[in-house]
Amino acid sequence: MWRRLLAAAITAAMLAPAGQAAGRGTSALTRVDLRWLNRVTFGVDSSAVATYRRLGREKFLDAQLHPPREDPPELRAAIASLGISQKTGEARVFEFRQEQQRINSLPSEDEKQKARMALGQASGQVQYETSRRHLMRAIASPWQLREQMTWFWMNHFSVFSGKGNVRFTLPEYEEDAIRPHALGRFRELVMATVTAPAMLEYLDNAQSSANRINENYARELMELHTLGVSGGPSGSRYTQQDVQELARVLTGLGLALAPQPPRLGPQQAPLYVRRGLFEFNPARHDGRPKTVLGAAIAGKGLDEVDAAVTLLCRQPATARFISTKLATYFVADEPPRGLVDRMARTFEKTDGDIAAVLKTMFLDKEFIASLGYVDAASEPSERATGAARAAKRRASDGVGEFEGRSPSKLKDPMVFVVSSVRLAYEDKTLTNFRPLVGWLAQLGEPLYGRVTPDGYALTESAWTSSGQIVRRFEIARAIGSGNAGLFNNDDNSPGPSTGFPMLTSRFYYDSIEPALSARTRTALGQTNSQQEWNTVLLASPDWMQR
Amino acid sequence: MNLSRRRLLTLALAGAAHPLLPVRGIVSQAFAAPGAGSAKFLLVFLRGGYDAANVVIPVGSPFYYEARPTIAIPRPDPANPLAAIALPQRDGSSNWAMHPALKDTMLPLWTKGQLAFVPFAGTDDLTRSHFETQDSVETGMPVAAPGAAPHNYGSGFLNRLASALDGAAPVSFTDGLPTVMTGKAAVPNVSLKGTGRAPFDARQMAILAGMYEGTRFAPLIAEGFDLRKTVAEQSEMMASGSMAAEMQAANRNAITARGFELEARRMAGLMKDKFNIAFIDVGGWDTHVNQGNAQGQLATLLLSLGQGLAGFAEQMGDAWPHTLVVVISEFGRTFRENGTRGTDHGHGSAYWVLGGALQGGRFAGEEVVVRADSLNQNRDWPVTTEYRAMLGGLFRRIYGLDTTRLDQVFPNAVPRDLGLI
Repeated sequence: MWRRLLAAAITAAMLAPAGQAAGRGTSALTRVDLRWLNRVTFGVDSSAVATYRRLGREKFLDAQLHPPREDPPELRAAIASLGISQKTGEARVFEFRQEQQRINSLPSEDEKQKARMALGQASGQVQYETSRRHLMRAIASPWQLREQMTWFWMNHFSVFSGKGNVRFTLPEYEEDAIRPHALGRFRELVMATVTAPAMLEYLDNAQSSANRINENYARELMELHTLGVSGGPSGSRYTQQDVQELARVLTGLGLALAPQPPRLGPQQAPLYVRRGLFEFNPARHDGRPKTVLGAAIAGKGLDEVDAAVTLLCRQPATARFISTKLATYFVADEPPRGLVDRMARTFEKTDGDIAAVLKTMFLDKEFIASLGYVDAASEPSERATGAARAAKRRASDGVGEFEGRSPSKLKDPMVFVVSSVRLAYEDKTLTNFRPLVGWLAQLGEPLYGRVTPDGYALTESAWTSSGQIVRRFEIARAIGSGNAGLFNNDDNSPGPSTGFPMLTSRFYYDSIEPALSARTRTALGQTNSQQEWNTVLLASPDWMQR
Repeated sequence: MNLSRRRLLTLALAGAAHPLLPVRGIVSQAFAAPGAGSAKFLLVFLRGGYDAANVVIPVGSPFYYEARPTIAIPRPDPANPLAAIALPQRDGSSNWAMHPALKDTMLPLWTKGQLAFVPFAGTDDLTRSHFETQDSVETGMPVAAPGAAPHNYGSGFLNRLASALDGAAPVSFTDGLPTVMTGKAAVPNVSLKGTGRAPFDARQMAILAGMYEGTRFAPLIAEGFDLRKTVAEQSEMMASGSMAAEMQAANRNAITARGFELEARRMAGLMKDKFNIAFIDVGGWDTHVNQGNAQGQLATLLLSLGQGLAGFAEQMGDAWPHTLVVVISEFGRTFRENGTRGTDHGHGSAYWVLGGALQGGRFAGEEVVVRADSLNQNRDWPVTTEYRAMLGGLFRRIYGLDTTRLDQVFPNAVPRDLGLI
């Protein structure tokens, strides 16, 4: 229930100055509005609709693009009570190492084995709670766009939790490096990842030093994080020489695992930086001059890193690469070129202001066109075309949109799972997130589980193998029949019985039913029970499409 | 003598069952366009880097016993059930032996010549990182010189193989689609781990599929449902009737096949009827701690793997002579045991090759005498047989692939014929 109350509070607060300018008080949302909302959020629900109704499209978007820093109180309290909120990554890593040492000194194999099991469970818990926090926000936060972008950037700057200590530094990686910058300036986002222990360990930069260079991170920083692959469609052109030079710039960035800072001479000491587990150690840094992409890198120590990151982020290739990726995620596997052009221009003009680029995208006419309906709001009625009239007629006939053509891009696993749970349980607070974690794994995209640094592909073919589609239907049933254990206790023992959700809600009749295709209506009509009806709705192409 | 006579019999049977094929049943017709023919190929990936040196054991090497004070397997000794199983070579030498957990399942295949080991096999990738090496093996691209060409994350070599062959029917027996199977060719996937029950009844399937009629997902949904239905029918058949009896006999009356054996038998059932290029992975091989010796962690895994592979061979029945199974892993492990009675990430592995018409019962590829000074980087086994060259050689034999097509599967690889088929 609290999500709805919250929505009311938020709209009330935001609306004070705006008044009734939008004049949309009670009118039903158009299909374009709903589809648009469905992309700005993980999935439309009644609180999003209520807010949108009061604010209108542009103000809704502005609110989403500039959310308050803090989560709403209930969500904040729930997150504060998690184990991961009680400790820093630094403390986790040191405790883990201490415990390992203690285990090694235990006298019997049996005790060792038991202690190791316990330690393994404790580290698994860190990862589960990080997933849980991520999912809690994705499902319940009213600031849906920030949470979507948090997933997007966690995927873009992907780290694998199974490597080394990464699982222990993962909670801070998401909380401090990625999420605060999710709608901020791209350069600052990159800089935050460049100084994040999780990334430095994952891409081996912690192993790289002046006389033992590891190029792994330098290459991925250009290929995957900023410019796009050299010779590729972003127009990126860097050479092996550039990779080597950048690798030298990055030397010295690593993890502070020693209890004391290193002893340094008077030249180097002022350059030393230590923040939690992050360390810049000038003794490991290659101090000789470097040239990246034809530009001399200015400064000393960490300033060099800043200069190089700024240089990379201001390349036109980066603007194009990032804009294309955003549009691939939010619009289509092959997004309209004009749309990407306009996003890239905004990117360059605003020095990589992510919110500005997203605003360009969400309000662009080609974005609106990609929603599959003629937008009555943005087309003057006297210029309404035949197609628009036909679309309106179809709408009034209740004949849906899949007649004779395929639905647009299918939701990715994360969006499918989160949107379905949002729809089914808007009024309830989930207590057990293990089923969701499992579903994402079954659909091939577990959180923090991508082993390679490229992140999960954002194109549909990555999640539409035949086995995965059938699996989706099974997950639709697990959610729709209400016996997935989402309300179990934290130790996974059965919680209070909640029964199955009622998807035939007022919200459904207002916002989903009018746009359903004839085939889906027929299918819903053939079901035998509410649970089956729920399953079919969540498994329908209408619901599955972004 | 007995050995070769038995093999001849197998070959003759293979020829008899498929008169159009050359005597070695598995080899596609010469001169025909490259096609999958009747050949069946299964790749088994042991994820985690299995400890090859305790499976294919250099019992002739004193250094082996020095390097592994607690985890070594004792030298072959018929009186000791915990001793390694001797693997006599054709030349009469017996420097090598097999882990005792494989005695009941793999020794019979070895004796029939249907199993060969390729020790010192692996990749050129020296990162010793699970994920980097698995990824590089699955993509099947040449390992880039440090900093050379950009990574290729686009497709896997079994997908490219399926694209290069006419009549390929690939399948992945996994939850998701693994890298090795991603790419242009459409590959269905289904995990055989579960109960095998059909997820929906016929009425429900019709309702669900009906919604997607005419969309681009319709064929995928049909394929997905079809596969799940086949799996369900199969597991039902296996749970009752003649197949169950057969399996009980094979298991020496253990109640029923479980775990990997059940999965492997289901795989065989599906491959006999429907598929000819298949993939499965088996995890749990990353034995850093307490890996055990003749008994323990690794032994348990091997027991289950051996039962699975033997069950698969048996279940393939008359298709077994046309079947090739290759078992690989991303890397081997350190030759010396570590401080926690386990082994750490290493380099060279030992691959297994199985097939009904294999010229096995022997080691293939170049052998290295195992001594401290023959280790790679004083740490682990070197690689003398690169996996792309080896698989390329096998694919060329069983599918008659020409150089151009082989190059699509494994760019720039030089295929090696190890004389196994």
